[in-house]
Amino acid sequence: MTATAQIHDPIYDIDAIRADFPILAKEVHGKPVCFLDNGASAQKPRQVIDKIRWVYENEYANVHRGAYAFSENITAAYEAARETVRAYLNARSEKEIVFTGNATAAINLVAYSYGRGVLKAGDEIVISDMEHHSNIVPWQLVRDMTGVVLKVAPISDDGELVMDAYRALLTDRTKLVAMTHVSNVLGTVTPVEQIIAAAHDVGAKVLLDGSQAVMHLPVDVQALDVDFYVFTGHKLYGPTGIGVLYGKEEILNAMPPFMGGGDMIASVAYEGSTWADLPAKFEAGTPQIVQAIGLGAAIDYVSAIGLDAIARHEADLLSYATQRLSSIEGLRLIGTAAHKTAVLSFTLGDAHPHDVATIVDREGVCVRAGHHCAEPLMDRFGVPGTTRASMGLYNTRAEIDTLAMALEKVNRIFG
Amino acid sequence: MTMTVDELVENFEFFDDWEDRYAYVIDMGKKLAPMDAGDMVDANKVRGCMSQVWLVSALDQGASPPVLRFKADSDAFIVKGLIAILMELYDGQPPAYILDTDALEVMGRIGLQQHLSPNRRNGLVSMVDKIKTIAAQAA
Repeated sequence: MTATAQIHDPIYDIDAIRADFPILAKEVHGKPVCFLDNGASAQKPRQVIDKIRWVYENEYANVHRGAYAFSENITAAYEAARETVRAYLNARSEKEIVFTGNATAAINLVAYSYGRGVLKAGDEIVISDMEHHSNIVPWQLVRDMTGVVLKVAPISDDGELVMDAYRALLTDRTKLVAMTHVSNVLGTVTPVEQIIAAAHDVGAKVLLDGSQAVMHLPVDVQALDVDFYVFTGHKLYGPTGIGVLYGKEEILNAMPPFMGGGDMIASVAYEGSTWADLPAKFEAGTPQIVQAIGLGAAIDYVSAIGLDAIARHEADLLSYATQRLSSIEGLRLIGTAAHKTAVLSFTLGDAHPHDVATIVDREGVCVRAGHHCAEPLMDRFGVPGTTRASMGLYNTRAEIDTLAMALEKVNRIFG
Repeated sequence: MTMTVDELVENFEFFDDWEDRYAYVIDMGKKLAPMDAGDMVDANKVRGCMSQVWLVSALDQGASPPVLRFKADSDAFIVKGLIAILMELYDGQPPAYILDTDALEVMGRIGLQQHLSPNRRNGLVSMVDKIKTIAAQAA
Protein backbone atom coordinates (compact mmCIF):
# COMPACT_ATOMS: atom_id res chain seq x y z
CA MET A 1 0.00 0.00 0.00
CA THR A 2 1.29 3.42 -0.85
CA ALA A 3 1.43 5.84 2.03
CA THR A 4 -0.44 9.07 1.52
CA ALA A 5 -0.96 12.20 3.53
CA GLN A 6 -4.53 11.27 4.31
CA ILE A 7 -4.78 7.55 5.00
CA HIS A 8 -3.13 6.65 8.25
CA ASP A 9 -4.27 5.99 11.79
CA PRO A 10 -3.90 9.08 13.90
CA ILE A 11 -1.88 8.33 17.02
CA TYR A 12 -3.10 11.42 18.80
CA ASP A 13 -5.23 14.44 18.00
CA ILE A 14 -2.64 16.32 15.98
CA ASP A 15 -4.90 19.34 15.43
CA ALA A 16 -5.35 19.77 19.17
CA ILE A 17 -1.58 19.39 19.68
CA ARG A 18 -0.82 21.96 17.00
CA ALA A 19 -3.28 24.38 18.56
CA ASP A 20 -1.08 24.31 21.69
CA PHE A 21 1.78 25.90 19.71
CA PRO A 22 0.79 29.49 18.82
CA ILE A 23 3.69 29.96 16.39
CA LEU A 24 2.51 27.10 14.17
CA ALA A 25 -0.42 29.27 13.05
CA LYS A 26 1.95 31.91 11.63
CA GLU A 27 2.76 32.51 7.99
CA VAL A 28 6.14 32.95 6.32
CA HIS A 29 6.31 34.71 2.93
CA GLY A 30 2.51 34.40 2.82
CA LYS A 31 2.61 30.61 3.30
CA PRO A 32 1.69 28.63 6.43
CA VAL A 33 4.87 27.97 8.36
CA CYS A 34 6.13 24.42 7.93
CA PHE A 35 8.58 24.04 10.78
CA LEU A 36 10.99 21.19 10.13
CA ASP A 37 14.02 22.43 12.05
CA ASN A 38 13.21 20.90 15.41
CA GLY A 39 16.69 19.45 15.69
CA ALA A 40 18.01 23.00 15.95
CA SER A 41 15.33 24.15 18.37
CA ALA A 42 11.71 23.16 18.93
CA GLN A 43 8.73 25.48 19.22
CA LYS A 44 7.08 26.03 22.59
CA PRO A 45 3.55 25.04 23.64
CA ARG A 46 1.29 27.57 25.32
CA GLN A 47 1.66 25.56 28.55
CA VAL A 48 5.37 26.46 28.69
CA ILE A 49 4.92 30.06 27.57
CA ASP A 50 2.08 30.59 30.05
CA LYS A 51 4.06 29.06 32.90
CA ILE A 52 7.02 31.37 32.29
CA ARG A 53 4.73 34.38 32.10
CA TRP A 54 2.84 33.26 35.23
CA VAL A 55 6.03 32.98 37.27
CA TYR A 56 7.26 36.42 36.28
CA GLU A 57 3.84 37.94 36.96
CA ASN A 58 3.02 36.15 40.19
CA GLU A 59 5.88 34.89 42.30
CA TYR A 60 9.23 35.88 40.89
CA ALA A 61 12.24 36.32 43.22
CA ASN A 62 15.66 34.77 43.64
CA VAL A 63 15.89 31.21 44.92
CA HIS A 64 17.56 29.72 48.00
CA ARG A 65 17.88 33.10 49.70
CA GLY A 66 14.88 34.93 51.02
CA ALA A 67 12.71 34.08 54.00
CA TYR A 68 9.73 35.72 52.31
CA ALA A 69 6.91 33.98 50.52
CA PHE A 70 7.89 34.79 46.91
CA SER A 71 11.37 33.40 47.40
CA GLU A 72 10.13 30.33 49.23
CA ASN A 73 7.51 29.65 46.55
CA ILE A 74 9.87 30.05 43.63
CA THR A 75 12.52 27.95 45.37
CA ALA A 76 9.90 25.24 45.72
CA ALA A 77 8.97 25.61 42.03
CA TYR A 78 12.64 25.51 40.96
CA GLU A 79 13.29 22.39 43.03
CA ALA A 80 10.04 20.85 41.78
CA ALA A 81 11.38 21.29 38.24
CA ARG A 82 14.49 19.40 39.32
CA GLU A 83 12.28 16.60 40.63
CA THR A 84 10.42 16.59 37.30
CA VAL A 85 13.72 16.15 35.45
CA ARG A 86 14.82 13.46 37.93
CA ALA A 87 11.64 11.51 37.29
CA TYR A 88 11.93 12.03 33.52
CA LEU A 89 15.39 10.43 33.51
CA ASN A 90 14.59 8.06 36.40
CA ALA A 91 17.63 9.22 38.33
CA ARG A 92 17.97 7.91 41.87
CA SER A 93 18.14 11.30 43.51
CA GLU A 94 17.56 14.95 42.66
CA LYS A 95 21.14 15.50 43.86
CA GLU A 96 22.18 13.94 40.58
CA ILE A 97 20.40 16.61 38.51
CA VAL A 98 22.47 19.75 37.88
CA PHE A 99 20.91 22.63 35.95
CA THR A 100 23.21 24.30 33.42
CA GLY A 101 22.75 26.85 30.63
CA ASN A 102 22.52 24.22 27.90
CA ALA A 103 23.94 20.83 26.94
CA THR A 104 27.21 22.41 25.81
CA ALA A 105 27.66 23.92 29.27
CA ALA A 106 26.91 20.54 30.83
CA ILE A 107 29.56 18.80 28.71
CA ASN A 108 32.05 21.55 29.47
CA LEU A 109 31.30 21.16 33.18
CA VAL A 110 32.26 17.49 32.98
CA ALA A 111 35.24 18.26 30.72
CA TYR A 112 36.66 20.83 33.11
CA SER A 113 35.76 19.26 36.44
CA TYR A 114 36.13 15.55 35.67
CA GLY A 115 38.51 15.99 32.74
CA ARG A 116 40.94 18.36 34.43
CA GLY A 117 40.29 17.23 37.96
CA VAL A 118 40.47 13.47 37.53
CA LEU A 119 42.10 12.56 34.18
CA LYS A 120 45.86 12.45 33.69
CA ALA A 121 48.27 12.50 30.76
CA GLY A 122 48.09 9.22 28.86
CA ASP A 123 44.47 8.54 29.84
CA GLU A 124 42.19 8.07 26.86
CA ILE A 125 38.83 9.55 25.89
CA VAL A 126 36.79 7.89 23.14
CA ILE A 127 34.23 9.79 21.07
CA SER A 128 32.54 8.84 17.79
CA ASP A 129 32.76 10.17 14.24
CA MET A 130 29.22 11.56 14.47
CA GLU A 131 29.58 13.96 17.38
CA HIS A 132 28.33 17.51 17.50
CA HIS A 133 31.17 20.02 17.93
CA SER A 134 29.94 20.38 21.53
CA ASN A 135 31.06 16.81 22.20
CA ILE A 136 34.39 17.21 20.38
CA VAL A 137 35.88 20.58 21.24
CA PRO A 138 35.57 20.37 25.07
CA TRP A 139 37.59 17.13 24.96
CA GLN A 140 40.17 18.72 22.66
CA LEU A 141 40.56 21.47 25.26
CA VAL A 142 40.99 18.81 27.96
CA ARG A 143 43.52 17.02 25.76
CA ASP A 144 45.51 20.21 25.23
CA MET A 145 45.52 20.97 28.97
CA THR A 146 46.16 17.51 30.40
CA GLY A 147 47.78 15.41 27.69
CA VAL A 148 44.96 12.85 27.51
CA VAL A 149 44.55 11.04 24.21
CA LEU A 150 41.39 11.57 22.14
CA LYS A 151 40.27 8.61 20.01
CA VAL A 152 37.47 8.58 17.45
CA ALA A 153 35.29 5.52 16.85
CA PRO A 154 34.31 5.18 13.17
CA ILE A 155 30.84 4.94 11.66
CA SER A 156 29.56 2.99 8.67
CA ASP A 157 28.21 4.44 5.41
CA ASP A 158 24.72 4.03 6.87
CA GLY A 159 25.71 6.21 9.78
CA GLU A 160 25.93 3.50 12.41
CA LEU A 161 28.66 3.17 14.99
CA VAL A 162 31.02 0.35 13.98
CA MET A 163 30.86 -1.62 17.22
CA ASP A 164 33.87 -3.87 16.61
CA ALA A 165 36.05 -0.88 15.85
CA TYR A 166 34.67 0.91 18.92
CA ARG A 167 35.45 -2.08 21.16
CA ALA A 168 38.94 -2.27 19.66
CA LEU A 169 39.62 1.31 20.78
CA LEU A 170 38.86 0.52 24.42
CA THR A 171 41.85 -0.26 26.62
CA ASP A 172 42.68 -0.12 30.30
CA ARG A 173 43.78 3.46 29.64
CA THR A 174 40.29 4.45 28.46
CA LYS A 175 38.81 6.57 31.22
CA LEU A 176 35.86 8.16 29.47
CA VAL A 177 33.59 7.43 26.51
CA ALA A 178 31.67 10.53 25.38
CA MET A 179 29.07 9.76 22.75
CA THR A 180 25.87 10.97 21.26
CA HIS A 181 22.67 9.09 22.05
CA VAL A 182 21.07 10.32 18.82
CA SER A 183 23.05 11.96 16.02
CA ASN A 184 21.91 15.52 15.29
CA VAL A 185 22.72 15.14 11.60
CA LEU A 186 21.86 11.51 10.85
CA GLY A 187 19.19 10.72 13.42
CA THR A 188 21.04 7.51 14.25
CA VAL A 189 20.08 6.09 17.64
CA THR A 190 23.31 4.65 18.97
CA PRO A 191 23.35 1.26 20.77
CA VAL A 192 23.92 2.88 24.14
CA GLU A 193 23.46 -0.28 26.24
CA GLN A 194 26.30 -1.99 24.37
CA ILE A 195 28.43 1.16 24.32
CA ILE A 196 28.10 1.51 28.08
CA ALA A 197 28.65 -2.18 28.84
CA ALA A 198 31.83 -2.29 26.75
CA ALA A 199 33.15 0.89 28.37
CA HIS A 200 32.40 -0.34 31.87
CA ASP A 201 34.18 -3.60 31.07
CA VAL A 202 37.44 -1.65 30.81
CA GLY A 203 36.59 0.58 33.76
CA ALA A 204 35.75 3.69 31.73
CA LYS A 205 32.97 6.13 32.57
CA VAL A 206 30.39 7.04 29.93
CA LEU A 207 28.87 10.41 29.07
CA LEU A 208 25.92 10.41 26.69
CA ASP A 209 24.81 13.52 24.81
CA GLY A 210 21.04 13.19 24.84
CA SER A 211 20.25 16.56 23.27
CA GLN A 212 18.59 14.88 20.27
CA ALA A 213 17.21 11.93 22.24
CA VAL A 214 15.12 13.05 25.21
CA MET A 215 12.28 14.43 23.06
CA HIS A 216 12.02 11.26 20.98
CA LEU A 217 12.52 8.29 23.29
CA PRO A 218 12.35 7.38 26.99
CA VAL A 219 15.66 7.54 28.86
CA ASP A 220 16.24 5.61 32.09
CA VAL A 221 19.67 6.49 33.44
CA GLN A 222 19.53 3.75 36.09
CA ALA A 223 18.60 1.03 33.61
CA LEU A 224 21.35 2.30 31.29
CA ASP A 225 23.80 2.55 34.20
CA VAL A 226 25.19 5.61 32.42
CA ASP A 227 27.59 7.81 34.39
CA PHE A 228 26.77 11.19 32.85
CA TYR A 229 23.81 12.17 30.70
CA VAL A 230 23.34 15.67 29.30
CA PHE A 231 20.58 17.36 27.35
CA THR A 232 19.26 20.80 26.53
CA GLY A 233 15.80 22.16 27.26
CA HIS A 234 15.03 24.15 24.14
CA LYS A 235 14.95 21.13 21.85
CA LEU A 236 12.52 19.48 24.29
CA TYR A 237 9.87 22.18 23.73
CA GLY A 238 11.22 24.12 26.72
CA PRO A 239 12.80 27.56 26.87
CA THR A 240 16.34 28.45 25.80
CA GLY A 241 19.00 28.88 28.45
CA ILE A 242 18.45 25.66 30.35
CA GLY A 243 20.36 22.41 30.17
CA VAL A 244 20.72 19.39 32.40
CA LEU A 245 23.67 17.38 33.61
CA TYR A 246 22.83 14.05 35.19
CA GLY A 247 25.74 12.43 36.99
CA LYS A 248 25.93 9.51 39.39
CA GLU A 249 26.01 10.92 42.88
CA GLU A 250 29.30 9.29 43.91
CA ILE A 251 31.01 10.56 40.77
CA LEU A 252 29.69 14.12 41.12
CA ASN A 253 30.70 14.08 44.79
CA ALA A 254 34.26 13.17 43.87
CA MET A 255 34.53 15.94 41.26
CA PRO A 256 35.91 19.40 42.13
CA PRO A 257 33.68 22.43 41.54
CA PHE A 258 33.71 23.86 38.03
CA MET A 259 32.78 27.47 38.71
CA GLY A 260 33.08 29.31 42.01
CA GLY A 261 30.61 31.84 43.30
CA GLY A 262 27.43 32.28 45.23
CA ASP A 263 25.11 29.39 46.03
CA MET A 264 27.79 26.72 45.56
CA ILE A 265 29.55 27.16 48.92
CA ALA A 266 29.04 25.81 52.41
CA SER A 267 31.28 28.47 53.96
CA VAL A 268 33.66 31.09 52.66
CA ALA A 269 36.72 32.43 54.44
CA TYR A 270 39.87 33.99 52.99
CA GLU A 271 41.94 31.03 54.19
CA GLY A 272 39.72 28.63 52.25
CA SER A 273 36.14 27.82 51.43
CA THR A 274 34.07 24.65 51.54
CA TRP A 275 31.57 23.49 48.99
CA ALA A 276 27.86 23.04 49.18
CA ASP A 277 26.33 19.60 48.77
CA LEU A 278 25.06 18.37 45.42
CA PRO A 279 23.66 19.68 43.23
CA ALA A 280 24.36 23.23 44.50
CA LYS A 281 28.13 22.61 44.29
CA PHE A 282 27.80 22.85 40.51
CA GLU A 283 25.27 25.69 40.33
CA ALA A 284 27.33 28.79 41.08
CA GLY A 285 25.54 32.12 40.88
CA THR A 286 21.85 32.80 40.40
CA PRO A 287 20.68 29.82 38.40
CA GLN A 288 18.38 29.64 35.35
CA ILE A 289 15.36 29.84 37.63
CA VAL A 290 12.47 30.52 35.29
CA GLN A 291 14.05 28.52 32.48
CA ALA A 292 14.22 25.47 34.74
CA ILE A 293 10.58 25.92 35.71
CA GLY A 294 9.74 26.30 32.01
CA LEU A 295 11.61 23.09 31.29
CA GLY A 296 9.57 21.37 33.98
CA ALA A 297 6.40 22.55 32.23
CA ALA A 298 7.75 21.24 28.90
CA ILE A 299 8.48 17.83 30.38
CA ASP A 300 4.98 17.76 31.91
CA TYR A 301 3.58 18.59 28.48
CA VAL A 302 5.57 15.87 26.68
CA SER A 303 4.82 13.34 29.42
CA ALA A 304 1.08 14.03 29.20
CA ILE A 305 1.14 13.11 25.50
CA GLY A 306 3.48 10.23 26.25
CA LEU A 307 6.88 9.51 24.74
CA ASP A 308 5.60 6.20 23.37
CA ALA A 309 2.86 7.95 21.42
CA ILE A 310 5.29 10.63 20.25
CA ALA A 311 7.74 7.95 19.10
CA ARG A 312 5.01 6.16 17.14
CA HIS A 313 3.83 9.41 15.55
CA GLU A 314 7.38 10.37 14.59
CA ALA A 315 8.16 6.88 13.28
CA ASP A 316 5.20 7.27 10.94
CA LEU A 317 6.52 10.67 9.81
CA LEU A 318 9.98 9.18 9.28
CA SER A 319 8.78 6.32 7.11
CA TYR A 320 6.46 8.59 5.14
CA ALA A 321 9.17 11.22 4.65
CA THR A 322 11.81 8.65 3.71
CA GLN A 323 9.51 7.25 1.04
CA ARG A 324 8.39 10.68 -0.18
CA LEU A 325 11.87 12.20 -0.37
CA SER A 326 13.47 9.09 -1.89
CA SER A 327 11.28 9.60 -4.96
CA ILE A 328 12.74 13.07 -5.61
CA GLU A 329 15.24 13.05 -8.44
CA GLY A 330 18.83 13.63 -7.38
CA LEU A 331 18.09 13.43 -3.66
CA ARG A 332 20.66 11.49 -1.63
CA LEU A 333 19.85 10.66 1.96
CA ILE A 334 22.77 10.89 4.37
CA GLY A 335 22.12 8.63 7.34
CA THR A 336 20.11 5.47 6.82
CA ALA A 337 20.64 3.68 10.12
CA ALA A 338 18.19 0.91 10.96
CA HIS A 339 17.27 2.65 14.20
CA LYS A 340 16.88 6.39 13.78
CA THR A 341 14.71 9.30 14.80
CA ALA A 342 12.66 11.43 12.41
CA VAL A 343 15.63 13.27 10.92
CA LEU A 344 16.37 13.41 7.20
CA SER A 345 19.68 14.85 6.07
CA PHE A 346 20.19 14.98 2.35
CA THR A 347 21.90 16.51 -0.64
CA LEU A 348 19.96 17.41 -3.76
CA GLY A 349 21.63 17.31 -7.17
CA ASP A 350 24.09 20.14 -7.71
CA ALA A 351 22.18 22.55 -5.52
CA HIS A 352 24.08 23.63 -2.41
CA PRO A 353 22.25 23.16 0.92
CA HIS A 354 22.21 26.95 1.21
CA ASP A 355 20.40 27.13 -2.15
CA VAL A 356 17.93 24.46 -1.08
CA ALA A 357 17.12 26.16 2.23
CA THR A 358 16.74 29.55 0.52
CA ILE A 359 14.24 28.25 -2.04
CA VAL A 360 12.15 26.14 0.36
CA ASP A 361 12.02 29.11 2.76
CA ARG A 362 9.91 30.88 0.13
CA GLU A 363 7.38 28.06 0.55
CA GLY A 364 7.32 28.56 4.32
CA VAL A 365 9.52 25.53 4.95
CA CYS A 366 12.11 25.89 7.73
CA VAL A 367 15.03 23.48 7.39
CA ARG A 368 18.63 23.62 8.45
CA ALA A 369 21.42 23.92 5.90
CA GLY A 370 25.13 23.61 6.45
CA HIS A 371 27.53 21.49 8.44
CA HIS A 372 25.24 21.23 11.50
CA CYS A 373 28.16 21.84 13.87
CA ALA A 374 29.56 18.47 12.77
CA GLU A 375 32.32 19.24 10.26
CA PRO A 376 34.20 15.94 10.78
CA LEU A 377 30.98 14.08 9.96
CA MET A 378 30.54 16.12 6.75
CA ASP A 379 34.10 15.16 5.81
CA ARG A 380 33.25 11.51 6.55
CA PHE A 381 30.48 11.62 3.93
CA GLY A 382 32.43 13.83 1.54
CA VAL A 383 29.90 16.65 1.45
CA PRO A 384 30.36 20.34 2.36
CA GLY A 385 27.04 20.26 4.14
CA THR A 386 23.54 18.86 3.99
CA THR A 387 20.00 20.09 4.19
CA ARG A 388 18.27 18.64 7.24
CA ALA A 389 14.58 18.23 7.96
CA SER A 390 14.01 17.24 11.57
CA MET A 391 10.52 16.41 12.76
CA GLY A 392 8.84 16.87 16.10
CA LEU A 393 5.67 15.80 17.86
CA TYR A 394 3.51 18.40 16.06
CA ASN A 395 4.59 17.77 12.47
CA THR A 396 2.26 16.17 9.94
CA ARG A 397 2.39 14.13 6.74
CA ALA A 398 0.94 17.16 4.97
CA GLU A 399 4.04 19.11 5.98
CA ILE A 400 6.23 16.40 4.49
CA ASP A 401 4.24 16.89 1.27
CA THR A 402 4.91 20.63 1.46
CA LEU A 403 8.62 19.91 1.87
CA ALA A 404 8.61 17.47 -1.05
CA MET A 405 6.76 19.97 -3.24
CA ALA A 406 9.28 22.69 -2.31
CA LEU A 407 12.18 20.35 -3.12
CA GLU A 408 10.65 19.61 -6.53
CA LYS A 409 10.67 23.37 -7.06
CA VAL A 410 14.36 23.45 -6.16
CA ASN A 411 14.93 20.84 -8.83
CA ARG A 412 12.98 22.90 -11.39
CA ILE A 413 15.00 26.02 -10.58
CA PHE A 414 18.41 24.38 -10.56
CA GLY A 415 17.71 21.53 -12.96
CA MET B 1 29.71 43.84 -17.07
CA THR B 2 28.82 47.45 -17.52
CA MET B 3 25.38 47.66 -15.98
CA THR B 4 24.70 50.73 -13.92
CA VAL B 5 22.91 50.34 -10.61
CA ASP B 6 19.75 51.75 -12.19
CA GLU B 7 19.90 49.29 -15.08
CA LEU B 8 20.36 46.45 -12.64
CA VAL B 9 17.34 47.57 -10.64
CA GLU B 10 15.30 47.97 -13.86
CA ASN B 11 16.11 44.40 -14.87
CA PHE B 12 14.78 43.10 -11.57
CA GLU B 13 11.65 45.24 -11.70
CA PHE B 14 10.69 43.19 -14.74
CA PHE B 15 9.98 40.17 -12.50
CA ASP B 16 6.88 40.06 -10.39
CA ASP B 17 7.41 36.76 -8.64
CA TRP B 18 10.27 35.56 -6.51
CA GLU B 19 10.90 32.43 -8.54
CA ASP B 20 11.76 34.45 -11.65
CA ARG B 21 13.87 36.80 -9.57
CA TYR B 22 15.89 33.90 -8.17
CA ALA B 23 16.16 32.29 -11.60
CA TYR B 24 17.68 35.55 -12.88
CA VAL B 25 20.10 35.71 -9.93
CA ILE B 26 21.16 32.11 -10.55
CA ASP B 27 21.62 32.89 -14.26
CA MET B 28 23.82 35.86 -13.40
CA GLY B 29 25.89 33.52 -11.24
CA LYS B 30 26.33 31.10 -14.09
CA LYS B 31 27.67 33.94 -16.26
CA LEU B 32 30.06 35.17 -13.58
CA ALA B 33 33.65 35.26 -14.85
CA PRO B 34 35.30 32.10 -13.51
CA MET B 35 37.78 32.35 -10.69
CA ASP B 36 41.16 30.63 -11.07
CA ALA B 37 41.11 27.30 -9.24
CA GLY B 38 44.40 28.34 -7.65
CA ASP B 39 42.66 31.32 -6.04
CA MET B 40 39.98 29.17 -4.43
CA VAL B 41 42.06 28.42 -1.36
CA ASP B 42 41.55 28.90 2.35
CA ALA B 43 43.62 32.08 2.38
CA ASN B 44 41.06 33.76 0.11
CA LYS B 45 38.02 32.37 1.90
CA VAL B 46 35.50 34.68 3.43
CA ARG B 47 34.09 32.98 6.50
CA GLY B 48 30.42 32.16 6.37
CA CYS B 49 28.29 29.65 8.18
CA MET B 50 26.43 27.99 5.33
CA SER B 51 28.29 28.34 2.06
CA GLN B 52 31.86 29.01 1.01
CA VAL B 53 32.88 32.30 -0.59
CA TRP B 54 36.27 33.19 -2.04
CA LEU B 55 37.45 36.70 -2.95
CA VAL B 56 40.62 38.12 -4.49
CA SER B 57 41.33 41.74 -5.43
CA ALA B 58 43.92 43.81 -7.25
CA LEU B 59 44.38 47.56 -7.56
CA ASP B 60 44.65 48.57 -11.23
CA GLN B 61 47.02 51.58 -11.16
CA GLY B 62 46.90 51.82 -14.95
CA ALA B 63 43.36 53.18 -14.86
CA SER B 64 42.68 56.82 -14.15
CA PRO B 65 41.62 57.08 -11.43
CA PRO B 66 42.96 53.71 -10.19
CA VAL B 67 40.24 51.08 -9.83
CA LEU B 68 39.86 47.84 -7.90
CA ARG B 69 39.41 44.57 -9.77
CA PHE B 70 37.68 41.72 -7.96
CA LYS B 71 37.19 38.03 -8.61
CA ALA B 72 34.87 36.02 -6.40
CA ASP B 73 33.07 32.70 -6.35
CA SER B 74 30.91 30.48 -4.16
CA ASP B 75 29.91 26.83 -4.03
CA ALA B 76 26.23 27.82 -3.73
CA PHE B 77 24.32 28.91 -6.84
CA ILE B 78 22.27 31.69 -5.25
CA VAL B 79 25.26 33.11 -3.41
CA LYS B 80 27.22 33.03 -6.68
CA GLY B 81 24.43 35.00 -8.33
CA LEU B 82 24.41 37.54 -5.54
CA ILE B 83 28.18 37.79 -5.92
CA ALA B 84 27.60 38.57 -9.62
CA ILE B 85 25.36 41.45 -8.53
CA LEU B 86 28.04 42.72 -6.15
CA MET B 87 30.57 42.46 -8.98
CA GLU B 88 28.30 44.64 -11.14
CA LEU B 89 28.36 47.16 -8.32
CA TYR B 90 32.01 47.13 -7.32
CA ASP B 91 34.28 45.46 -9.87
CA GLY B 92 36.38 47.96 -11.82
CA GLN B 93 35.30 50.90 -9.67
CA PRO B 94 37.50 53.45 -7.90
CA PRO B 95 37.83 52.94 -4.11
CA ALA B 96 35.93 56.14 -3.35
CA TYR B 97 32.93 54.95 -5.38
CA ILE B 98 32.99 51.56 -3.62
CA LEU B 99 33.02 53.21 -0.21
CA ASP B 100 30.05 55.40 -1.23
CA THR B 101 27.93 52.59 -2.69
CA ASP B 102 25.71 50.80 -0.19
CA ALA B 103 25.16 47.20 -1.31
CA LEU B 104 22.37 46.68 1.21
CA GLU B 105 20.46 49.62 -0.23
CA VAL B 106 20.82 48.25 -3.77
CA MET B 107 19.78 44.75 -2.67
CA GLY B 108 16.75 46.36 -1.04
CA ARG B 109 15.79 47.99 -4.34
CA ILE B 110 15.84 44.60 -6.06
CA GLY B 111 14.06 42.76 -3.26
CA LEU B 112 17.01 40.69 -2.12
CA GLN B 113 17.95 42.61 1.02
CA GLN B 114 17.34 39.57 3.26
CA HIS B 115 20.57 38.09 1.97
CA LEU B 116 22.65 41.01 3.14
CA SER B 117 21.01 41.91 6.42
CA PRO B 118 23.84 42.34 8.92
CA ASN B 119 22.43 39.79 11.36
CA ARG B 120 22.85 36.98 8.84
CA ARG B 121 26.13 35.32 9.47
CA ASN B 122 26.77 34.43 5.86
CA GLY B 123 29.73 34.76 3.59
CA LEU B 124 28.09 37.47 1.52
CA VAL B 125 27.90 39.92 4.41
CA SER B 126 31.54 39.19 5.22
CA MET B 127 32.40 39.67 1.55
CA VAL B 128 30.90 43.16 1.42
CA ASP B 129 32.78 44.01 4.63
CA LYS B 130 35.99 42.76 3.05
CA ILE B 131 35.42 44.71 -0.18
CA LYS B 132 34.87 47.88 1.86
CA THR B 133 38.03 47.23 3.90
CA ILE B 134 40.06 46.71 0.71
CA ALA B 135 38.61 49.92 -0.75
CA ALA B 136 39.39 51.86 2.44
CA GLN B 137 42.99 50.66 2.34
CA ALA B 138 43.33 51.60 -1.34
CA ALA B 139 41.65 55.01 -0.99
